[in-house]
Amino acid sequence: MAVKMSKKAASIDMTAMCDVAFLLLTFFILTATAKVPEALPVDMPASTVQSKLPESNLATLTIGKGKVFFDLKGKEVRIQTLEKMAEKYGVEFTDEDKNEFSLMEGFGVDITSLKSIIEMKSSQRLKADQPGIPKDSLDNQLADWLKIARQANIDINDKELEIAIKGDAKEEYPSIKKVMDILQDQGINSFSLVTGLRGKNF
Amino acid sequence: MAELNTGDGGGGKDKKVRSKKQNSKVDLTAMVDLAFLLITFFMLTTTLSKPKAMELGLPDKEDPDKENVDIKVDENRTMTILLGKDNKLVRYVGLLETPVAGGAPKDFTYGKDGIRKELLSRKASVLAYSTALGKPKNGMIVIIKPGKKSNYRNLVDILDEMGIVEVPTYAIVNDFSPAELKLLEGK
Repeated sequence: MAVKMSKKAASIDMTAMCDVAFLLLTFFILTATAKVPEALPVDMPASTVQSKLPESNLATLTIGKGKVFFDLKGKEVRIQTLEKMAEKYGVEFTDEDKNEFSLMEGFGVDITSLKSIIEMKSSQRLKADQPGIPKDSLDNQLADWLKIARQANIDINDKELEIAIKGDAKEEYPSIKKVMDILQDQGINSFSLVTGLRGKNF
Repeated sequence: MAELNTGDGGGGKDKKVRSKKQNSKVDLTAMVDLAFLLITFFMLTTTLSKPKAMELGLPDKEDPDKENVDIKVDENRTMTILLGKDNKLVRYVGLLETPVAGGAPKDFTYGKDGIRKELLSRKASVLAYSTALGKPKNGMIVIIKPGKKSNYRNLVDILDEMGIVEVPTYAIVNDFSPAELKLLEGK
């Protein structure tokens, strides 16, 4: 009797399990949007707001360790912004550079050294210690980036660019205020703060 | 391994049929292993929680050339919250020199048991006060003053608190009076 029992339990029919596994796999593949590596990783503070960040027409200013990084959504808007900025600051970019720029993540360098960042591979870029975009009153490139990006977005998408501030939770308030001031100088009085999610009873 | 003994199906069949039956099951274990490996991979690389966006509107920047018109606000409706370093939070109600009853400067903590309770009770009392004056639409006004040493988390926390409590009017103000600075820095 006992010998017969053990023989019966030796193998299980895997067909149903296999079906379920592949169903889940298909679901995850279809819903997946790969994580984009961030040039400046920040720890976002959490809040209870539910509204989502828009997927397009968005410029993100990442603030951390006193540096500001700039990121823009939309390929065409990025290319046009880069062209206009290059024109303004007298920097040359090849078509290849522009194309690469339209696909890369956020950046935080002076426009004169942007070319070397664009030419790096994305893994190198993350390691490169980018100093942040100059934002003091003598050399306010951040304001120019914003102004030109807004113009480019209106030209291409016919919509006002939305601005989101993504600050590190430990960042001291004055550096956040400095960026808000730059925004307000351009008449941008309403913008979003990017936060994580938490429950109402934190 | 995963082959099932199908046994003989009927004794009367000949040998050819039997050999066909033996290969009818495929071992699926390896395939399931692979599928779950891939599931795990996709689960870990997917970003399920999209970041949230907190809308923030600021008033127009003051033009230094223009004459500023000060608007008189009933001090009984205002609460001022000062944010300091190491998550310090001080609030007072009304004017700093002459706070309203129970509104003298006091330290609070962030979150449910700290400032939120105070905000809720103050909101109710302001509403009662305004209703008594015949203007129930005049709700509480909160002035948030983030100090130089406060961090971004404090600001987001307190703005979030405004959203939870549904404070009708709140503003971020950046200038400190010397007395307020003293409150934040000294004990």
